Amino acid sequence: MIEFLFQYETLRVIWWVLLGVLLIGFAATDGFDMGVGALLPFVAKTDAERRVAINTIGPVWEGNQVWFILGGGAIFAAWPALYAVSFSGFYLAMFLVLLALIMRPVGFKYRSKRPDPAWRTRWDWALFVGGAVPALIFGVAVGNTLQGVPFHFTPDLRPVYEGSLFGLLNPLALYCGLVSLAMLVTHGAAWLTFKAEGMVAKRAGQIGAKAAVLTALLFAGGGVLVWLGLLGGYRVTSPIVWDGPSNPLVKTVVADRGAWLANFHAHPLLWIVPALGVAAPLLAAAGFKARLEGWTFIASKLGVVTIIATVGLAMFPILLPSSSNPGHSLAVFDTSSSRATLRNMLIATVIFMPLILAYTAWVYRVLWGKVGEKSIEKAGSSAY
Amino acid sequence: MADALLVDLSRLQFALTALYHFLFVPLTLGLSILIAMMETVYVMTRRTIWRDMTKFWGVLFGINFALGVATGITMEFQFGMNWAYYSHYVGDVFGAPLAIEGLMAFFLEATFVGLFFFGWDRLSPRAHMIVTWLMALGTNFSALWILIANGWMQNPVGSAFNPDTMRMEVTDFMAVIFNPVAQAKFVHTVSAGYVCASTFVLGVSAWYLLRGRHVQLAKRSFVIASAFGLASALSVIVLGDESGYALTDNQKMKLAAIEAMWETEPAPASFTAFGIPSQTDHETRFAIRIPWVMGIIGTRSLDKQIAGIDELVAHAQARIRNGIVAYDALEKIKADRNDSAARAVFDASSKDLGYALLLKRYLPDPRQASEQQIKDAAWSTVPYVPLLFFGFRLMVACGFVLAALFALSLWHTSRESEAPRWLFRAALIAMPLPWIAVEVGWFVAEFGRQPWIIDGVLPTFLATSELGVSELLLTIAGFTLVYGVLAVIEVRLMLAAIRKGPEVAQVIDDLRPGAGPALHPAE
Repeated sequence: MIEFLFQYETLRVIWWVLLGVLLIGFAATDGFDMGVGALLPFVAKTDAERRVAINTIGPVWEGNQVWFILGGGAIFAAWPALYAVSFSGFYLAMFLVLLALIMRPVGFKYRSKRPDPAWRTRWDWALFVGGAVPALIFGVAVGNTLQGVPFHFTPDLRPVYEGSLFGLLNPLALYCGLVSLAMLVTHGAAWLTFKAEGMVAKRAGQIGAKAAVLTALLFAGGGVLVWLGLLGGYRVTSPIVWDGPSNPLVKTVVADRGAWLANFHAHPLLWIVPALGVAAPLLAAAGFKARLEGWTFIASKLGVVTIIATVGLAMFPILLPSSSNPGHSLAVFDTSSSRATLRNMLIATVIFMPLILAYTAWVYRVLWGKVGEKSIEKAGSSAY
Repeated sequence: MADALLVDLSRLQFALTALYHFLFVPLTLGLSILIAMMETVYVMTRRTIWRDMTKFWGVLFGINFALGVATGITMEFQFGMNWAYYSHYVGDVFGAPLAIEGLMAFFLEATFVGLFFFGWDRLSPRAHMIVTWLMALGTNFSALWILIANGWMQNPVGSAFNPDTMRMEVTDFMAVIFNPVAQAKFVHTVSAGYVCASTFVLGVSAWYLLRGRHVQLAKRSFVIASAFGLASALSVIVLGDESGYALTDNQKMKLAAIEAMWETEPAPASFTAFGIPSQTDHETRFAIRIPWVMGIIGTRSLDKQIAGIDELVAHAQARIRNGIVAYDALEKIKADRNDSAARAVFDASSKDLGYALLLKRYLPDPRQASEQQIKDAAWSTVPYVPLLFFGFRLMVACGFVLAALFALSLWHTSRESEAPRWLFRAALIAMPLPWIAVEVGWFVAEFGRQPWIIDGVLPTFLATSELGVSELLLTIAGFTLVYGVLAVIEVRLMLAAIRKGPEVAQVIDDLRPGAGPALHPAE
């Protein structure tokens, strides 16, 4: 068993799965924090209401964000070339994401330190930007990844990106950005109906129901775009060596409009995943209407999981296609770290991930219960 | 190869964001421990003043922590953004500690920091204390893993270049973790963080004592800060990370540059307490030398020699020549993957491959290098001596002043009579010193590593992304602006919180120790 686990090809597939787990973990936890940020001006009108919305995520957003930080570190460790190409390629987009995310830690902590309404309003906008902008740009990045981005490697494997910021902001990529934004707004709304009291929860329920339907429609529309061949499609044409050295220059890849559906055609059971990507947000919409708060949140979470998983399954084994030099695309079998590093990292993950999940669950349990204007008053200066 | 301006701007951006991040990190490291110690006293004695101290210093901790987190986000991603070739070249080794830092440290501190602030009413005192300790443990684990990554940049053990993947790959992960340079750096850096936090607590408490405000809280904080501060300052000085300076050519070069030792001296070498080093003439004017001291500090012995700059440059020249052999073999392997003769040559010479890459500053193909270029490349391994020489002395001076301050403070607090006011004033004035020391210390360690980004493996000028200068200028301007605004806000909030002081509730509780539940402080 251990021998099978530690074979290079197995390790690569495991780390592809773990890459998905990290991205999904990020979207499913910090996703609702970003959704709450994006919803802040719309669900909470008075200062007291804003504090309710903010304090529903106040104690947990920081831990949730670590999924993002760990995602960065794990991609660096397990897929170094992907880390190098994507972050230097999406340079200015990434810069915007960082500036937006920087607003959150300070926004949460500093907002209620002073009673001045102008001060608080400014931080509310910062928190809005910190939620909405990353939610949009992460989707834009996925849209570009599906279409392929223009890059190549020199013979020394120095990555060279040939595009620009405005190339990244193309209409199809922006469409994917909207999918992501709608999905995370739904998720944030589901969290607020579950965790907040009063008007905040009520308004979140109304907006959430609409956002959930929109998510299902936009995601299904994305499926149509893929089927029409508008959202990329790349296929590896040379024989795949699953345990070969990680060198992205020795294979051939072609752009092929139908290729993102090939995995689903080959394994029809996989269609369950995108089907759930449409069905789960619709279930969430029904949950918002029926005020089944817990179930709404679970349905919304299932939507996040299956929508992201759909992208990964469609592209496997490709991670980041190159539109200008398809042969230089990054794939699961030629982008990973060495066998030793993947093995070491797997051992570390197996040790720490159960611990993380256990203490995170304990913290959520301690913090169980609704947040309302009264409970914030009671908590005094320790509340945000 | 990227152009020189792009390299300089990439370095500037890294320096700015790292130095800025490191304004907040040391205080987080130390204050989390101090807070946990205060809360432990509360749980053991149930005297509420200790809980009030925990909460008060916790508020200041939180203001600082927020910016540490905000600026830390940038750090995790800018390797990929600005240093793409570096990321590809060493991600296999360097990425792993960063990922483990996330798994082992970030989750711990970030998950429990929320509960630290929001859990006072939801947890028993004992459970809350455990939460605080877990948070403190998380911040300190984080320092461990990032310094394991940094230690590998200074002393790249447990790894080798793989010609099939054109990058460094790990061969012995345990060697990377237990890298002596990393271990020394960890102790040195966290101790420096404890000194920062102790100085901070000492200074703020002194300010209260000078004004006769919050005396009970300030007195106790003053004692705990002076004791913890003295222990930490001694640890920083005695366990300075110089112990790793004998290990590699680059570390030796850093040591020689810090000491402006242009030539090897017979053991034990003298220590240059002061002088004016000249990079062009390779000599130190007006030098005041103290015999023996350097040899003892650098080698912990009387008979081992410390290599001077001249000797190390000659050594680098030999490694460059051997590196050219490795480079030639690598080019042959790239042309024909099955060339086993070339692979044998490469295996024998690959440890010097990085030295051949130094020549890429002068010409695209190191094999065509002239004698003069090889000589120039060898001299390029010498970092700029005057900055290191003075930077190091500034750091050490700050360290000794702080150690003396803590010793005096502790001595006075252990006596019956009131401590003198000049001591409180000194504690207040000394507050910037540890920050000067840690920032300069970072500079000495990383600027002293130049021209290498990974010692002997990859020169800094090759490691950047292929970006445009305008993109770099835009992001530098953006970060500077946002960070600048946030710094002003942070300092003002911090000062306001200090001025406001611990809340009124504490005074009432203080009159009847151990009595009833705490009043909730009003916003």
